[in-house]
Amino acid sequence: MLKDLLTPYNANVFVGKLGDVLVKAIGAPLGYAINWSRLWSLWPVHIETACCSVEFGAASGPRYDVERFGIIEAFGSLRQCDLVVVQGTITRKMAPRLRLVYDQMPEPKFVIAMGACAITGGLYFDSYNVLPGIDGVLPVDVYVPGCPPRPETLIQGCMLLQEKIKRMKAR
Amino acid sequence: MSTTPEQTKPVAKAETKELPKFEKSITDKLEAKFASKVAIEFVKPTRIRVKVAKEDILDVAKFIRDELHFDHAESVTGVDYPDKKEIEVVYHLGSYTDPELAKQILALATGVPREDDPNPGNDSTKLASLRDIFYSVEFHERECFEMLGVYFEGHPDNRRLLLPEDWSDLPPLRKDFKLKGR
Amino acid sequence: MTTQLPPGLQIEKVDEKIMTLNVGPQHPGSGHMRLIVKVDGDYIVSCDPDPGYVHRGEEKMAEHRNYITNIPHLERPVIHDSCNILYPYCLGVEELLGLEVPERAKYIRVIAAELNRCVYTQYWLAIYGIFLGHSTMFMWPAGDRELLIDALEKMTGARVTHAYFVPGGIRNDVPANFEEMCLRRVNYFEKRIKEYADIFYDNPILISRTEGSGVLSRNDAIRLGTTGSTLRASGVDFDVRTKEPYDVYDELDIKTNVLKAGDSYARSKIPWLDMLESCNIIRQALQKMPKSGSVRVKLKPNPKGGNDEVYKRVESGRGALGCYIVSRSKPEPYRLKMSVGSFRNLICLPYLLKGEKLGNMPAVYWSLNYWPVEADR
Repeated sequence: MLKDLLTPYNANVFVGKLGDVLVKAIGAPLGYAINWSRLWSLWPVHIETACCSVEFGAASGPRYDVERFGIIEAFGSLRQCDLVVVQGTITRKMAPRLRLVYDQMPEPKFVIAMGACAITGGLYFDSYNVLPGIDGVLPVDVYVPGCPPRPETLIQGCMLLQEKIKRMKAR
Repeated sequence: MSTTPEQTKPVAKAETKELPKFEKSITDKLEAKFASKVAIEFVKPTRIRVKVAKEDILDVAKFIRDELHFDHAESVTGVDYPDKKEIEVVYHLGSYTDPELAKQILALATGVPREDDPNPGNDSTKLASLRDIFYSVEFHERECFEMLGVYFEGHPDNRRLLLPEDWSDLPPLRKDFKLKGR
Repeated sequence: MTTQLPPGLQIEKVDEKIMTLNVGPQHPGSGHMRLIVKVDGDYIVSCDPDPGYVHRGEEKMAEHRNYITNIPHLERPVIHDSCNILYPYCLGVEELLGLEVPERAKYIRVIAAELNRCVYTQYWLAIYGIFLGHSTMFMWPAGDRELLIDALEKMTGARVTHAYFVPGGIRNDVPANFEEMCLRRVNYFEKRIKEYADIFYDNPILISRTEGSGVLSRNDAIRLGTTGSTLRASGVDFDVRTKEPYDVYDELDIKTNVLKAGDSYARSKIPWLDMLESCNIIRQALQKMPKSGSVRVKLKPNPKGGNDEVYKRVESGRGALGCYIVSRSKPEPYRLKMSVGSFRNLICLPYLLKGEKLGNMPAVYWSLNYWPVEADR
């Protein structure tokens, strides 16, 4: 009786449906688990340019503790990090080095542009040595406005990034 | 060394009140040694300004270091005057060793000719470097070179310091260099 | 000379024994600054500092903005010490325009400047801890400085970049119960930083990494033109607040801290001693401050100076900060130059690192009280 059921057509349909079931049963939760593990351990590379680095340092301090979100001060090499927080003004001298740092990081990687200078050039928009925003150099995920943004604003920016990662396809 | 206000009027831009005595004694020593080569521009409490031609700057600086006991430079500034066709380089000198001179700052100014189409290092905007006399001006003179195009002869290392390595435009602090949109 | 190279380029010969190391602009410390270090095994042969990665062109921008709109961008070289950066600028513009600052404003300025000095020094100590691998030294100062940032926020409205000093006084008066609140916070802060003596300055990690490294003798410190804590750690007694007092510093009792050793340990200790002194200054100023009065002189729109120039200097967290303003009867300054302590101390770096071990380099580099953004302006 099983031989009557197992025709080539039925086998194809069965394999197709098995694929759907596997994706829903294992693939989606697996992707969810991978994304969950990435959200809660975003290690930043510090591009501590200018002013905003002080507020990032204050955010890592005991009062606005950003380590409870998994963003520890990973003062190791940038080959272990997956988040670039561009804090402050990027000058024309620094721009090629910034791209070099981004290229050396392993996938998946995310970029937060912190501060008005990293978004559009900010207060220094007409200076001869300042890039008007880092959009031409790096693909930015989250823009955190402020000059400098308060540590709470930076934490909200990180949480927005976490929302974005949750909805991403885990590759 | 007696000083009367009437004698100092032509130098001090027709000031009727008396000039501060201690600063006056410093400028009198300078005038006694160099006579017409230095022009005392102003004598204010704790600030003196002296203008020198660019050929005499080394002698005047050596005298200031040895006899007047100013021992370091607080800053070196270049100011661009396109209408007078010169760039003025001002050295602000201070003293750590002499307790009477702790408040004083002597501004030593020279002028170099300015060209409309600068070629930094190879045109006439050249000045003797004071690095052998005051060691502290080394990085300040490098910055002045790249920002205004003034070449310092005798400086061991005339390279750019703050600007990007591929900067090929006019020196930025000149008045011809326009910022975008201004 | 061999070949005529355009200025800015140099020929370098590659040596077999000596390796060139790029302590690159992005590093796990703080601030963007490159050091091109040539090492022979473990010993540094020469060091070539390469600043300018945060050069934003403040001086050129200042020529296109008038005296009041210059304030926000001029205070950003060191944002948590912003009052001290604006101080010589405001004093200079007041002399150019002939303004007389009211007495209460002078006292409040002194209090704000000393609070800023403490906030800056705490952050500097925090980053020093990270350089040396002592993470408690990051957490304690970063937490303790938040108390004073609260006091500054109640005074000025912002945590950092206060934009509080204007030519003619300060922007707004302090709130009603500010004196008791500030006094309470300063007393608690002083109690906390006295504990640093045991946990930091008596710590074997700090002592072994900093003692005896990067020794700057007294004559060299004077000849190189250093300033601030680097100078006072080499035995020279010079502080602009006592030698050339401005505002009401001549009415306050200030002690200058001087150490004779001249090594990195002394340079790391002087700012902490200065912070204890700042607490005394704030307490005296809070006592002597006039209880009421105006805090600002009303300015006409677009004030112009005459054909004049002025040079004022102030003691900031890093050293003597001077501001040279040339004005030519226009609302904008003709030339504005800031002579900052970090740039003046930069010349010590190639001088001190010759012959040092490579592992000592972060300790010596940061102990010069160097803030990269300020040096680049």
